[in-house]
Amino acid sequence: MARPAQHTPVEPAVAKPHDITQSLLYLNGVTVSFDGFRAINELSLELAPGEMRAIIGPNGAGKTTMMDIITGKTRPDVGEVLFDRGTIDLATKDEAAIAQLGIGRKFQKPTVFENHTVEDNVLLALKADRTVRGNLFWRPSGDAQRIAETLETIGLSAHRQRLAGSLSHGQKQWLEIGMLIAQDPKLLLVDEPVAGMSDAETMTTAELLKDIAKDHTLIVVEHDMEFVRRLGVKVTVLHEGSVLAEGSIDEVSANERVVEVYLGR
Amino acid sequence: MCGCYKRCAGLLAALALLVGSAFGASAQSLKPQALEPQTLEPQALDHQSFDAALEKFAADTYNDTDAAIAGVAASGNPLAVSIIEALQDGRLLFSAGDKKIYLREAAGGMREASTGKPIAGAEPADLSPVRVNNRIRRAIEAALGGLTLLSPDPARRLEAAKAVFKSRDANALPALETAINKEVEPRVKRALEEARAAIVAGKPDAKEADRVAAILLLRDRGDQEARGVLAGIPSGQPASLQKALADAITTIDNRLAAWSVVQNLWYGISLGSVLLLAAIGLAITFGVMGVINMAHGEMVMLGAYTTFLVQEVIRTSAPGLFEDSLAIAIPLAFLVAALVGMAIERGVIRFLYGRPLETLLATWGISLILQQAVRTSFGPTNREVGAPDFMSGAFEVGGLTITWNRLWIIVFAGIIFAGLLAALRYTELGLQMRAVTQNRRMASSMAINTGKIDALTFALGSGIAGLAGVALSQIDNVSPNLGQGYIIDSFLVVVFGGVGNLWGTLVGAMSLGVANKFLEPYAGAVLGKIVLLVIVILFIQKRPRGLFALKGRAVET
Amino acid sequence: MIARKLIEAPDGRGRIFLAILAAAAVLVPCLNLALPPSSALHVPTSAVALWGKYLCYALLALSLDLVWGYCGILSLGHGAFFALGGYAMGMYLMRQIGTRGVYAHPILPDFMVFLNWNELPFFWWGFHWFAYAALMILAVPGALAFVFGWFAFRSRVTGVYLSIITQALTFALMLGFFRNNLGFGGNNGLTDFKDILGFNVQAQATRATLFALSAVALILGYLIAQAVVRSKAGKVLIAIRDAESRTRFIGYRVENYKTFVFTLSAAMAAVAGALYVPQVGIINPSEFAPANSIEYVIWVAVGGRGTLVGAALGAVLVNFAKTTFTTGFLAPYWLFALGALFVLVTIFLPRGILGLIPTTRASAAPNGAAAAGPAAQPAE
Repeated sequence: MARPAQHTPVEPAVAKPHDITQSLLYLNGVTVSFDGFRAINELSLELAPGEMRAIIGPNGAGKTTMMDIITGKTRPDVGEVLFDRGTIDLATKDEAAIAQLGIGRKFQKPTVFENHTVEDNVLLALKADRTVRGNLFWRPSGDAQRIAETLETIGLSAHRQRLAGSLSHGQKQWLEIGMLIAQDPKLLLVDEPVAGMSDAETMTTAELLKDIAKDHTLIVVEHDMEFVRRLGVKVTVLHEGSVLAEGSIDEVSANERVVEVYLGR
Repeated sequence: MCGCYKRCAGLLAALALLVGSAFGASAQSLKPQALEPQTLEPQALDHQSFDAALEKFAADTYNDTDAAIAGVAASGNPLAVSIIEALQDGRLLFSAGDKKIYLREAAGGMREASTGKPIAGAEPADLSPVRVNNRIRRAIEAALGGLTLLSPDPARRLEAAKAVFKSRDANALPALETAINKEVEPRVKRALEEARAAIVAGKPDAKEADRVAAILLLRDRGDQEARGVLAGIPSGQPASLQKALADAITTIDNRLAAWSVVQNLWYGISLGSVLLLAAIGLAITFGVMGVINMAHGEMVMLGAYTTFLVQEVIRTSAPGLFEDSLAIAIPLAFLVAALVGMAIERGVIRFLYGRPLETLLATWGISLILQQAVRTSFGPTNREVGAPDFMSGAFEVGGLTITWNRLWIIVFAGIIFAGLLAALRYTELGLQMRAVTQNRRMASSMAINTGKIDALTFALGSGIAGLAGVALSQIDNVSPNLGQGYIIDSFLVVVFGGVGNLWGTLVGAMSLGVANKFLEPYAGAVLGKIVLLVIVILFIQKRPRGLFALKGRAVET
Repeated sequence: MIARKLIEAPDGRGRIFLAILAAAAVLVPCLNLALPPSSALHVPTSAVALWGKYLCYALLALSLDLVWGYCGILSLGHGAFFALGGYAMGMYLMRQIGTRGVYAHPILPDFMVFLNWNELPFFWWGFHWFAYAALMILAVPGALAFVFGWFAFRSRVTGVYLSIITQALTFALMLGFFRNNLGFGGNNGLTDFKDILGFNVQAQATRATLFALSAVALILGYLIAQAVVRSKAGKVLIAIRDAESRTRFIGYRVENYKTFVFTLSAAMAAVAGALYVPQVGIINPSEFAPANSIEYVIWVAVGGRGTLVGAALGAVLVNFAKTTFTTGFLAPYWLFALGALFVLVTIFLPRGILGLIPTTRASAAPNGAAAAGPAAQPAE
């Protein structure tokens, strides 16, 4: 996967003094253990507003657990998880609250609402009132426009009346990304968006993400190096729960430790 | 697994400490002090007084009869017991004419009371039985108690000593002294001394030192009866005696309180072992397959009915085997329940994978069918399952009565638990089952035939339920509803303990059992159960995956 | 708004369902009261009472379908809400007996006199007012469901775990209500009712009216349930049923939705119980039996869950079968039939009877494949 050809020395990932007020997402010294196993180990990570970041790492590096922490599914044992220029402590909030703050997540396994139409899937994701009362007395007003726009973006306009369960695997992935866009989040977490996609679909997805990145902040977790290269963004390599290296794709793939971890040398 | 083991070891150690301290409390009590022998003249055999006393029966007034009983009993005559027993049964007759007393044998013969010889010639015509009333009956019992103190049979002597302890009849004192001096069996001697102490402690004219010694002896006996004797002594005794009395009662109260804790613990463990038996099979199927088998209780019921059938066959064709009926029933019950379980898995549950709620409903349907099938074939009423000798009876440890059947069930549950643990750890099937529990998808991609494992797991879980049925047939009514009584409790045990961990099931069963028995005295049986249900409901909210839940990634799959 | 929703045109089978119910509500009492028994069209009073009972069951099934069919909450304790509603009505009816009881006590019901109680326990106060009793019919089961649901759903107790604790809930209530000193008549429950709102409960006209009211309650229940499931909140409920954590990650407070629908459903079940009691003339603790609550679930499964109409249909069909079975020579075989129904429906008819009828619109009913496909969250 990694190409050790170019031998540009990369800065080791030491914690530098950061300016919290400049970051959308700020993780500092985060540790999580499951039954004694440290899934995340003193992880520190910082994301500027408007940035797209790719996260790579071998299996068990802690990529999914990191997403779980950011989205409130898992609580850190120690460490800070701050959002929106350090003003919000994510570690004290639950999934729904974090989603409402503007953090959207796409799962590794595509999970759309199979018994709803494509249109309704987007409708449910649209940034809107999330309360029971509000939704009991909901009237379609202006939503149709936004749904149409979203479907246009992900290229599923023709399938709007189909049940999401009947879509192909790739279409489900796109629908899920569409649902992310519909939430209009400040930060998007995208877990393995091209897993199981054909080459053509992978390419389309890369363009889609780059398009989204124009006005959103994104974290993309991916295994596929070609895909990451195509995104052309800063890459963070995770290993055993902490940051191993950071830099451009060429820089990290030249890093000896990264090569070691990936190729097991 | 390791952490859980430690936790369990800690729990067991705590239990041991608790039991140990309770026993220690009783052991610490003062050593029994020898009683000063009572300075009373031994009664000589006195034929004259015996005859004189016997004659009084002929007067047939209650006062004379009472005096006669005392006289006859005190005479030491070997005929005394048979005479007084005859009086008790209305077989003691007197002739108003010659003032002689006769004794009709239970078999029908007639003897002269004074000599014990069969009468010569015809019966006197004017025989009538000596009358008794309640006062006389009490006198008879007290006298018989005193007399049988000297019986050659140690069991009867023990009975007699206990009777005297209850009656506390001062008249029995001389006989007691004789008996104590002659007694060789320590157990009986102890009982005799306690009986004497019970009399002396409340005897105003006895020496104070003797009375204090008696009180101490009763204190060391330390049970409810001894407390009753002590509490029954009227106040206004000399100061030192009063103090000894108060101290003794406090000591006994403390001891009784400690024993009641031990007893609750014992009952709790006993209930816990029953819950463990009922729940452990469920824990396996739930842990491995993630399905709730609502027909699990019916597997228990099938095990119990298998035991019943085994005993029926033995009764009709080989009565000599009755003692071994449970040993025969155990493998059969396992087999029957396991086969039915496997049939259910292959026939129904297989089609419902990934739909745990539907599985729950389908197995509920199966449970209805099984119940009704048993009801149709064996009738709706309770069937009698006998207990072999080794399961019957009880023995006492300190202030605790332990019945053999409960003890054996605890042992049985322990063996099954250990066996299952070993099977899971050391057998191929166990390894594969654990693999499927932790990650079904991964296991199946590693060439483990999950379908086969599911079927075998279900058979194993059901078979263990069948074994539970054998045990439950000894303590519960064997009826078609047997299983239903346990199903909710077993679920709670599994849910409480956490899925996929046998130690969790053990801890769950024992904590629910013990908690139940400790709540009962305060809240009553029903309210205690409700309180427990509420506690478990609240607990599940706090830890939705139980005490010993799997964590991390395993949960996701 | 909600009023607009209520009158929104139901779909095809909903329209048929409502039409039949409305017709029954009017015609059955008329045919019973107005025609002489000799007439061929006369509906005997026994049939009115029987079908009134079925309608209550249908409302109960509808309430269960709302939580199970649309939100995936398999409650095995809905009998508790049904019975609590029934008890609240029973308490009103007991207070109406007055001095006509065996002991002729003006205030205390017979069983309290029998237990040597001297005064009415506080929780019986006010039950002689129908309005108060009606409020309690909704409030007590609703409050229980709200508190229970709030705890359970906030702690994310789901799947079979939730099913088991709902069953434990109704089991605990059953044990409690069996106790004499709880003050609800213990073993015997509440019975020997005389009047309801001044009308003799045994009278033919009262029975016919209760039948009509049951039909109306079922119509209203259906309309409310339909309004809920058709709203956007209803779509959220289905989303929760199919992918709970996904729903949470797009910002919905799943526990709030679940608590809402669980409480609403409990209140509907309670109304069903309240209408049931005067028609059968008794309420006792066996209504709390866990086995009953499981049986209610199979009604929904038979009719087709997630369809509302199917639930009501299932309840009527299964109970009609039960009555037919258990009154004839087939009685010993009823449990076999019921057991087989559980097995066969779950395996061969996962969408119930209504699932056999093709519908134009892709309904919200979980199709068999989808329910089995994502393996939901099997371990949950």
